[in-house]
Amino acid sequence: MSEQMKQNAVNGNAADRTAGNGYPDLRVRLGDWELDNPVIPASGTYGFGYEFAQFYDINMLGSIALKGTTKDPRYGNPLPRIAECKEGIINAIGLQNPGVDKVIGEELPRLRTVFHKKTVANISGFSIDDYVYTASRFDAVEDVGILEINISCPNVHGGGMAFGQCAEAAAEVCAAVKAACKKPVYMKLSPNVTDIAGIAKACEDAGADGIVLINTLLGMRIEPRTGKPIVSTGAAGFSGPAVKPVAVRMVYQVYEAVTCPVIGVGGIESADDVIEMMSAGATAVEVGAANLIDPYACKNIIEALPVKMQEYGIKALSDIIGRAHAGR
Amino acid sequence: MYKKNVYTVRNNKRIAEDVYRMILLGDTSYLTEPGQFINIALSGLYLRRPISVCDWDQESITIIYKAVGTGTRQMAQMKGGEQLDVLTGLGNGFSTDFSVLLKNKDVLKNADGHYVFPDGRPVRAAVIGGGVGVPPLYALTKKLKKEGADVVCVLGFNEENQIFGYKDFSDLGAPVCITTVDGSVGLKGFVTDALKNMDYDFYFACGPEPMLRAVWKLSKERGTEGLLSFEARMGCGFGACMGCSCETIAGAKRICVDGPVMKSAEVIL
Repeated sequence: MSEQMKQNAVNGNAADRTAGNGYPDLRVRLGDWELDNPVIPASGTYGFGYEFAQFYDINMLGSIALKGTTKDPRYGNPLPRIAECKEGIINAIGLQNPGVDKVIGEELPRLRTVFHKKTVANISGFSIDDYVYTASRFDAVEDVGILEINISCPNVHGGGMAFGQCAEAAAEVCAAVKAACKKPVYMKLSPNVTDIAGIAKACEDAGADGIVLINTLLGMRIEPRTGKPIVSTGAAGFSGPAVKPVAVRMVYQVYEAVTCPVIGVGGIESADDVIEMMSAGATAVEVGAANLIDPYACKNIIEALPVKMQEYGIKALSDIIGRAHAGR
Repeated sequence: MYKKNVYTVRNNKRIAEDVYRMILLGDTSYLTEPGQFINIALSGLYLRRPISVCDWDQESITIIYKAVGTGTRQMAQMKGGEQLDVLTGLGNGFSTDFSVLLKNKDVLKNADGHYVFPDGRPVRAAVIGGGVGVPPLYALTKKLKKEGADVVCVLGFNEENQIFGYKDFSDLGAPVCITTVDGSVGLKGFVTDALKNMDYDFYFACGPEPMLRAVWKLSKERGTEGLLSFEARMGCGFGACMGCSCETIAGAKRICVDGPVMKSAEVIL
């Protein structure tokens, strides 16, 4: 791949992406927002972005999903928070974050010095009021492109069930945030459910502008010597390449159930994985665990996409969204 | 600044029971101070393995590690010529600028470049290591000696066959006190048993958490400050995942990027 091609792949060079010249076009649209490419580092695996600017120019990314933010600062869970698995990782971070005031007041200004595109704000809460409050704060931040509402945290407000595990509760959060905010609202869904399509549809009916899936699968690892769970919470979030087939299947199911854009997340670590996820129905993708083991993962994927597209005869990535489905 | 690079193993030798010294050839320009670490990718294992840097020069990095789990046992099998994918330059190491570290005691750098108290007495530093916490203290001791500091090293081990580094530290010109839990070599007991009879104005410590806690408590009772290096299971090693956070007086800190070296005044032990 020539240097010029690489550059264009990053910038989405306008002159080269005019129709008919056969140049790989990486652009995708999430509603009114056109991304130069569909690759977004997933929340919780990229901090607030600036740590990665030491490795490469992060402006090549489609966007960045910020570390999950709550109304108040949270320390998170006791250590150990991490366990290794075959082709994956189990984490129990526990939504450690400095709280929305500091994120907007300190982290975002720091990110802006190295990143000049719109971001995806990832919002968590323990009650509907929490979600509405934090989302409203990000709604007022100009360079936030999407409000990504993470509904796989325990529903303290409603008696311990996760908002994301019940279609009615998911829809209730979605409607409340939509009513309070102007920016597009994307609901980030938990895979630990039996009817993912039903929950996605309920969110869309409640006004969601898009769906993001999947969050981590609940997993557990036990240390054979002690016979005790490795991470402090026992069960914790399982992610990495091992979960990709689950994510692809769920994106496929949700794509059939909704008309809004779907962002596919789960085990993506290569350009082929992006193409697979988009074929299942994703308009954009989030790259998670791969960032932790290779800080250049997103860069490598973005640079490899035009090569793979040429190899497979794909002119525009937006052409392949949902092509795995019958009748497409 | 950190960087991903490929390194070639120059050699990999057993130096004590389950303890190995590996020398890696490659870019060392991202290492800036003793106490930093590297994060090594190993084939078939998903997460990298964080290992502290023992020493480095223009072309090589020396690490000393204990083969305790799947990753480090795999490393122990590696031979010269094999290659490793490594993130380098990670973490904040040990500062040796006593004019900042002991600012409250008016320590200044004199004309000879040595750190002294207002009455001219040089700063006496205790370098305290336990087991595989000892390696990063080697480059630190080297730096302290080069800067003309008055250094005493206290290295603690469980038993004789686990001891390493005595000659290396001694060759730097610092007095080295060894403690062993079983009393087979040196002073019988823990590093704190040696420290009880020593005067020091500042300390640097790296080792298992119970050791750090004991050293921190003993020194705190005497009003002596220091720097402590912590260890944790890490996800990434460069601040992205918050997998290795710890609570400090100054709020939650990530051991990988805000540490692994932290000030005694801000840690909670």
